Amino acid sequence: MAKLGPSGYSPYSVAYFQKLLNPQEGQALLYDQIVPEEIAMREAAKAMLTRQNPTIFPGPQVLYGWSEEAKKKAKLVKEMAKVLNAKIIPMYDYRPKYPKINPAVEINPNHPNLTIWHNRIKACIFIGVHCHYANVALKIIRAETDCFTIAMCSMDGHEDAMITLRDQHSEEVERFIEVAKQVKAELGV
Amino acid sequence: MKAVEQEVQYNRAGQRIVSPDYLLFEAPRTKHFMTGSEAVKEAVKRSSVDASVSYPITPQSEAAHLIGELWVEGYVGVYFRGESEFGVMSEIAGCALAGARTITTTSGPGTLRAMENFPMWAGTRIPVQLVLMARGVNAPLSIQPDNLEVSFLLDTGCMIWYAENAQDLFDMIIAGFTVAEKPAVHVPVVTVVDGFFVSHTREAIMLPPDDIALPPYNPYKSPMPVIDSEVPPGRFLRDPFVMKSNYISYATHASWQWEVRSAIERSRPFAKHYLRSLIEEFGSQEADIVFVACGTAAAQAKEAVRLLSQEGIDAKVVKLKTIRPFPEEELRQAVKKAKYIFVPEFNVVGWLEREVRRYLYGYSDAEIVGSPRVAGGMTMPAEVIVKEVLTTLKEVKHVI
Repeated sequence: MAKLGPSGYSPYSVAYFQKLLNPQEGQALLYDQIVPEEIAMREAAKAMLTRQNPTIFPGPQVLYGWSEEAKKKAKLVKEMAKVLNAKIIPMYDYRPKYPKINPAVEINPNHPNLTIWHNRIKACIFIGVHCHYANVALKIIRAETDCFTIAMCSMDGHEDAMITLRDQHSEEVERFIEVAKQVKAELGV
Repeated sequence: MKAVEQEVQYNRAGQRIVSPDYLLFEAPRTKHFMTGSEAVKEAVKRSSVDASVSYPITPQSEAAHLIGELWVEGYVGVYFRGESEFGVMSEIAGCALAGARTITTTSGPGTLRAMENFPMWAGTRIPVQLVLMARGVNAPLSIQPDNLEVSFLLDTGCMIWYAENAQDLFDMIIAGFTVAEKPAVHVPVVTVVDGFFVSHTREAIMLPPDDIALPPYNPYKSPMPVIDSEVPPGRFLRDPFVMKSNYISYATHASWQWEVRSAIERSRPFAKHYLRSLIEEFGSQEADIVFVACGTAAAQAKEAVRLLSQEGIDAKVVKLKTIRPFPEEELRQAVKKAKYIFVPEFNVVGWLEREVRRYLYGYSDAEIVGSPRVAGGMTMPAEVIVKEVLTTLKEVKHVI
C-alpha cells in the first residue's frame, strides 16, 4: 500500500488503483516498495514495538488445531505476543454477528474498524486469517483507521497491508520472533 | 551423491501428474485434426477435473456431451445434467464450494439465464471454469455466431479470456484452471470462443500425450475456508452471508467487491506466464494501421493484414488474449505508432471498441474506428475489413 490510513471513505484496493501486487517469493512489501524479507521483518517488529496498543489478530488457521502446523503456529503466536508486548484479539469467526461483536475481545472481518477504534490499536499483525477475509478487513482498516497493518500470510501475501510478509510458515514465524528480539534489544523497550 | 527421486503420482484416471509448465510448454506434442468442441474434451481430459454439470445448448451442446463421455471413461469425477442454465451454474458453485475442480459450458441466452450466478461465483471466490461458446442474444432467436453476451459478463468479477482458435482454446482451458486456482487469484475464469466458427470447424491442433494431466486442485489453499462438514473452520464459517447482510457494514460489501477486482489484477503475472503474454502481435511492427481484436475477428484481421500488404499498405493485429484483466499496458505500448486503430467485432454494440477507447483515452492520438461490426451469424470476410481501411484512408472512394 502507499500510505497509512485513514485513506478515505471507500475501502479502495491498491491492486486495482495502484497496480501494486504481491511480491515474489523471498521478498516482502513495505508500503509500496518491494524489499528483502529481513528488512520487512525488522520494520514490522519496530512498528509493533513503538506504536500504541500493538495487537495480534490470529485467525482460524491458527486458532483451530486442524493440523500440526496450526498447533505449532498457535504456540508461536503466543511467544510473538510476549516478545512484542502485544495483546492477542482473535478473529475466530468470519460470520457477521447480531447485533454486534464485542470489540474488546474479538475482531470480525466485516467491521474490523470497531475493534481497532475501541482498543485504540495503532499497529497490528494478521496471522492465520484466510486470504479473502484478511483482504476484506485490511482494506476497511486502511480506509477508516490510522492503524499500521502487518500481514503474515502463509500464501502469497496481502498488498493492502502496510507490510506484507508472504510464505510465512512456522519456520519463518520463528525467524520473525528472533528478529523481533533483536529489534527489541536495540530499542531498549 | 545420492540422487533424489521424485515420487510419480497418478490421478483417478491413472494419468501421470505433471506440472502445468510441463503440460503446457515442455511435453512433446503431436498433430491432430479436430473441432473446437473436441479440443475442449481433450483439454478437460488432461485437467484432472472433479466435476462437470451440463445443460446442453447450441452450439456448446457437443462439448458438454463430450465431457459426459469423459465421465464414462473415468476422467471426470462427477457429471450430471442440470434442469436449466441457472440450475447448472448454481450446481457448479456447490461442487466448487465443496472443493472440486469444476467446469461447464454455455452459450448466448443460456448465459443470460444463468447470469445471477456469475457475480456470486466471483464473490464466493470459486475458481470454476466456464467455456463460453459465444452465440447471439436476440429476438428473433438466433443460434448463430455473435459475441454480444460477452459484454454482459465484463463486470461480473470473473476473469475473461478469449481464444482465437481450437489450439488457443485447448491451451487456455488448462492454463485457466492453473491461474484461477492460484490462492491470490481464486476467481472464476470464462474462456470464450466464437461458437460455430471454432466449436464446429475442424483444424490442426497440437496436443500433448493424454496419459499426463494437471495436479489435482487443492481446495485447502482457497482464500476462504472450504466447506467441510467434519473439519473446522469450514464447518461453521461459511453460512449464507446474505442472511446476515443487514448486520454488516456497507464498507464490507464495498471492500468485498474491490477484493474480487483485486484478485483479477493479481492474475496478471500468472496469465502472462501461462498464456505467454496477454496480447499477441501479428504483422509489421512499424505499421500505423492497427487492428485490435479478439477471437475469430483477430484471425480475420490477420488475413486482412496479408491482403493489405499486397496493396503496399503495412498493418498489424493486436490480438487480446485476456479481456479481464484488460491488458492496457501492453495495448498502449503496441499502438504507440498507430494513426488508425480499427476494432472489428462480431456484435452490434461494439463492446470491445468501448474497452479500447476507455483504456487508450489520454494515451493515443490515433483515430479509433469501431468497424466492421457483423452479427447474428454473419461472417466477416477479410475483404470487408480491407474495404473499411481503404475507405477510412480515402485511398479509394468506392471499393468494388
